[in-house]
Amino acid sequence: MQRGTLDLWVGIFVMAGLGALVILALKVGNLGSFSAPETYTVYAEFENVGGLKARSPVRSAGVVVGRVNGIEFDTQTYKARVRLDLEMRYPFSKDTSASILTAGLLGEQYVGLETGAETEMLKNQDKIMLTQSAVVLEKLIGQFIYGKAGESGGSAEATPK
Amino acid sequence: MASEYLVEIRNLTYAYGPRPVLVNIDMAIPRGKVVAIMGISGSGKTTILRLIGGVIAAQRGEVLFDGQKVDPRARAQLYRQRRRMGMLFQFGALFTDLSVFDNVAFQVREHTDLPESMVRDLVLMKLHAVGLRAAHASMPGELSGGMARRVALARAIALDPALMMYDEPFTGLDPIALGVTANLVRRLNSALGITSIVVTHDVAEALKIVDYVYYLSQGRIVAKGTPEEMRANPDPLVRQFVYGQAEGPVSYQYPSRPIAEELGV
Amino acid sequence: MMFGRNALSLRGIGAHTIDALWRLGYATRFLGLTITHSGTSLRRPRLIIREIYYTGVLSLVIILVSGLFVGMVLGFQGYHTLQTYGSESALGVLVALSLVRELGPVVSALLFASRAGSAVTAEVGLMKATEQLAAMEMMAVDPIARVMAPRFWAGVISMPLLAAMFSAMGVFGGYLVGVVLIGVDQGTFWSQMQAAVDFREDVLNGVIKSCVFGVAISWIAVFEGYDAPPTAEGVSGATTRTVVTSSLAVLGLDFIMTAFMFQGV
Repeated sequence: MQRGTLDLWVGIFVMAGLGALVILALKVGNLGSFSAPETYTVYAEFENVGGLKARSPVRSAGVVVGRVNGIEFDTQTYKARVRLDLEMRYPFSKDTSASILTAGLLGEQYVGLETGAETEMLKNQDKIMLTQSAVVLEKLIGQFIYGKAGESGGSAEATPK
Repeated sequence: MASEYLVEIRNLTYAYGPRPVLVNIDMAIPRGKVVAIMGISGSGKTTILRLIGGVIAAQRGEVLFDGQKVDPRARAQLYRQRRRMGMLFQFGALFTDLSVFDNVAFQVREHTDLPESMVRDLVLMKLHAVGLRAAHASMPGELSGGMARRVALARAIALDPALMMYDEPFTGLDPIALGVTANLVRRLNSALGITSIVVTHDVAEALKIVDYVYYLSQGRIVAKGTPEEMRANPDPLVRQFVYGQAEGPVSYQYPSRPIAEELGV
Repeated sequence: MMFGRNALSLRGIGAHTIDALWRLGYATRFLGLTITHSGTSLRRPRLIIREIYYTGVLSLVIILVSGLFVGMVLGFQGYHTLQTYGSESALGVLVALSLVRELGPVVSALLFASRAGSAVTAEVGLMKATEQLAAMEMMAVDPIARVMAPRFWAGVISMPLLAAMFSAMGVFGGYLVGVVLIGVDQGTFWSQMQAAVDFREDVLNGVIKSCVFGVAISWIAVFEGYDAPPTAEGVSGATTRTVVTSSLAVLGLDFIMTAFMFQGV
């Protein structure tokens, strides 16, 4: 029996399998987010988060600086409380504003951060005060139609909804 | 403690479901002898081998191998006992994915830590004993039925067992291969000093090579003795079997209603 | 129908249920035995390596070719659908996510069941039918440790590796069609894919799925072979059952695992 060739084939097989896994990890999936760098957590409250989900990206100037860790409904303020994990190497000023934006017209939603002018930086467990909610398309369209109707003299049939 | 008998079966009863296969069997296989268990098909011959090998457990009675009880539930002890038994299956039961050499080497590699050079010597010696040293590189599929059985025999004796069991070793062999196999059974027995049990219904061949015969019918021992005694046995049951008569106490017809009644004549 | 009256009666249903439960219990006990008897294979990894060759390496061609084609089809179909919304740039995401999360583990498991699972069942079933397992047992070698456990572990090891290769090959196929053939921008194809595919959520979950499928298929395949009636009919029936049962098991398990894994998303 050719034990040698058999072993060689199994060796090639196992290496190819592990190689495929590495390709999937590095080339297809972004392994960077797995071996996550150190992060600090800040909170932000929004009137409406729209389609934002846990693990959605947090971007500033288009660069991913962190991820949404969790979203919960706050019964005190009746707002959505979003937990953001930001990477340590990206400090933001205390008066940073957070808004929920959409990539493209129908793309995924993400949290956009825009830094302010203050010299004091956000610390772990801080809260971002300036927020702007998600743009809800239906509301926007509704407003648009309502505005148009108002312009043209307020005919009764053109009321929204 | 070493009694005169290697295998003793005492008052053994085995039933498959509600159907009794063996009833009150007593047997003693003396050391160094070749003993045949004969009987027509379905008389429970093979079941005795399975009981000795501990593959199945008897409902009543016991099997002693070298003075020690064979008990399928005591696995460690059973495996120790089995290492001293060899069994030749009806069609050889060679491992089809291994070469002839690896088949014979199987037990040696599983049970010993011998270096490969010694394994090789041992295997070639055993193959030589069955006259098939030249076939060591073949695969079992390339062998004829008789050759396959001889390889299986070499495999069974690879670790020099104390007891060899043969399950229908002569079935389906041409006359030459049959003669070769029968002689081999006898020769190995005296050369290696082992004890052999041959289960067969091939009377003519078996009576030539064995020392003692047990004759089974419907799960009971109906006759026993040396080959000469068997040939001279006046019992019509034995006579019909030994001389191969079509009609006798064992009817050719499966028990049924008379044919006239069946056909409604 | 001939069996209609019997099979559809209340008693028939009850008998089938009890029979199914009995088999399930027996199969579970068999799995336990296989795992507790794995010591031999772990001490002698060569036994497993040999089986990885037969289950894994020999399944390589069908897995790679199927992966390539599935990926290419995904590239075409995905492009046509995405183009309607003007988001061809998401083609990489679509191909990679479908493959890594679902199609990779599931399709490769279905192929593995019919290519390797059926082969294992047929081989073990034939070993049983030709008394090779009985012969092994009589040679004091435990067939579960020597035959079943290595085949089981080889399947468990091969499955995730094959699934990873399937997915990687599929992504390559999607790339071929999307980028090389249709002309989607190479940069967006990869960067969108990398941004959307998460290692833990997607890749690792896919690997966990394929490991579970590997256990299920290997278990079913080895058990069906071990439990097959020792006839030609019995072995062929067992082989069919392996493919049917393990395909259903893969799809059912996939549903359960998907529900668990993505419930938070």
